[in-house]
Amino acid sequence: MAKITVNGQEQEVTLPLSLIELMTNNNVEQPEMVSVQINEEFVERENFPKTQIKDGDEVDFLYFMGGGAF
Amino acid sequence: MFDFTEEELKRYSRHILLKDVGVEGQEKIREAKVLVIGAGGLGAPVALYLAAAGVGTIGIVDGDVVDLSNLQRQIIHSTADIDKPKVQSAKETIQAINPHVKVREYKTFLEASNALDIIKEYDFVVDGTDNFPVKFLINDACIMAGKPFSHGGILRFEGQTFTHVPGTACYRCVFPTPPPPNLVPTCSQAGVLGAIAGMLGTIQAAEVLKYITGVGELLTDKLLTFNAKTMDFRKVAVKKREKCAICGDQPTIHTLIDYEQAACDLASHGK
Repeated sequence: MAKITVNGQEQEVTLPLSLIELMTNNNVEQPEMVSVQINEEFVERENFPKTQIKDGDEVDFLYFMGGGAF
Repeated sequence: MFDFTEEELKRYSRHILLKDVGVEGQEKIREAKVLVIGAGGLGAPVALYLAAAGVGTIGIVDGDVVDLSNLQRQIIHSTADIDKPKVQSAKETIQAINPHVKVREYKTFLEASNALDIIKEYDFVVDGTDNFPVKFLINDACIMAGKPFSHGGILRFEGQTFTHVPGTACYRCVFPTPPPPNLVPTCSQAGVLGAIAGMLGTIQAAEVLKYITGVGELLTDKLLTFNAKTMDFRKVAVKKREKCAICGDQPTIHTLIDYEQAACDLASHGK
């Protein structure tokens, strides 16, 4: 088991684990709707499939949020 | 050197009492010109607090009219304002609160063709819009013009905001391109708890006043997010990206872009 942090909350996960699998486990159904940072480094969208999660990683899913006027 | 009247000294006394603001800070607030884009859920509390604070010039951009469904959260408008242009309704409310404020109305939506012209007059820009094409437009125009701005977004029970000043992370550093139209719901499709707009808008207004007076640390290079269901607030460190298409080392965007809107947004614009 490895310990990682997802949006500030600790999670125990089993490695190997890809970023795409982590997104599925965290109910991120539409990857187009999130930006991802790992250890405060931005992950390019085209690198999502080949990105592997490591023990101790801090992962942030940042969601598009649109409301305001109207 | 500060020619505040007695009325103004009393009106702004709770600011002037603050060691970090004082008469000098209040003078900076009076000299400031702030542009609020969108007189809706976020723009309403932003404009109200900036007006009450004594910001000298407030520009308001909104091409819409007040609708009954706006009143659940857009507290600058009243029931009697339904069908009135939002910029007019907002101006009347602002001047009722503080007649010292000069209000400039722009009864239009922000577009690639008018963005730079409108923005250039102002010291600080507040994004209070509800859709991604305009959020990206505000970001790009402010980067091009070297203007600081506050980003704000709300949806359902959640909000996010950050402040940009030249040299710090921009919206595209975090979100490189707009989401595909229709994939991300806007408030008009998904709903929003009205008070969330006030929570986020007042954070944006505080950032504007901090910027003007130079007090404290801004939300630069940090994305503040909150979820009102749990009242969890988080600050996520974000970085300026070297490869950012607008503010990076080799920008690839040189002209402003009118992105396609989700069809339902276009429909609501037309009503």
